[in-house]
Amino acid sequence: MKIADVTGLDGVRVLVGGDPERKVTGCYVSDLLSDVLANAKEGNLWVTRQTHPNVVAVVSVRGLSGVIITAGRAVEPETLAKAEAEDITVLSASGSTFEIVGEVYNLLRAKGAAS
Amino acid sequence: MRRFTADLHIHTCLSPCAELDMTPRRIIDKALKAGLDIIAVSDHNSSENVAVALQAAARAGMAAFAAMEIASSEEVHVLSVFGSAEDAAAMQELVYENLTSGENDDDLWGSQVVVNERDEVLGFNRRLLIGATRLPVRRLLEEIRARGGLAIASHVDREAFSVISQLGFIPEDLRFDALEVTRPGALGNEYPGMPRVGFSDAHRLEDVGRRKTSFFMEAPSLEEIALALKGSGGRRVAVE
Repeated sequence: MKIADVTGLDGVRVLVGGDPERKVTGCYVSDLLSDVLANAKEGNLWVTRQTHPNVVAVVSVRGLSGVIITAGRAVEPETLAKAEAEDITVLSASGSTFEIVGEVYNLLRAKGAAS
Repeated sequence: MRRFTADLHIHTCLSPCAELDMTPRRIIDKALKAGLDIIAVSDHNSSENVAVALQAAARAGMAAFAAMEIASSEEVHVLSVFGSAEDAAAMQELVYENLTSGENDDDLWGSQVVVNERDEVLGFNRRLLIGATRLPVRRLLEEIRARGGLAIASHVDREAFSVISQLGFIPEDLRFDALEVTRPGALGNEYPGMPRVGFSDAHRLEDVGRRKTSFFMEAPSLEEIALALKGSGGRRVAVE
């Protein structure tokens, strides 16, 4: 599965582009950045409500494929600027975490996780 | 220059998770027995028991500050310490305006009791003090400082509600006046620019003073505390 598959979902907007061909190895859901740092796997797509600029650093450090911010939450301008500078994909989902995770889960099952 | 032992992170019965017998008067008694020179009561997102605590401390000849443990929107707990009840009240006003809505469930979370100097119940705070504010942590620090307060990152080595658990690490531009640790030596040599302090975070009377910090400074004032945290003019800070 690729980032481009996720951006095609209803209610998902691209806030910062990154590479749409980026491979998605799975999905990690957490609002604790320390948890993501410890447990997310490389290439995972991260789903969270956190919008602090550290989110970008975590995506970068763990080699995640991108991050989806849920419930249409406004993302801090500094976070977006950092994402641009580091070529990190930041998406916005208008639905709840539950809804977007359900969609991504189904997509991963249909298309298969990249390795 | 003298040594002052301080515990600036003590909850009262106003915090839902703190025991009901934690009235300011009893806290001061316990603090005296524990040999503390300076205390501060710091409830979650409220300072409604602060004035009574300051009065009780003054009567006992003990120095005290007005504190409040505020939850940022990222659920980072910040221990804000002010020199007066008025400054804390000004901060409380902003916190109340930005506290996520909801009413406290006394059975579920615990009661939030406001008391007077005779330990008599004046009322129950109906706000959801256990909730988070809508203030992102960087803005929270600016607002605390704008009201003359010190901003200390609460229990940074804990797994919950610490700046490290919530944000993964402390970014360069987030300067706390101190980092509160629960274990001396926690964080090792990381963040060398920010001094460590250790306080009790007492939610029970017996825990008052269980962790304390020595401030080597001229007088028990907030200005001196700020200077001691900076290591200014020979002043210093040591986690006990």
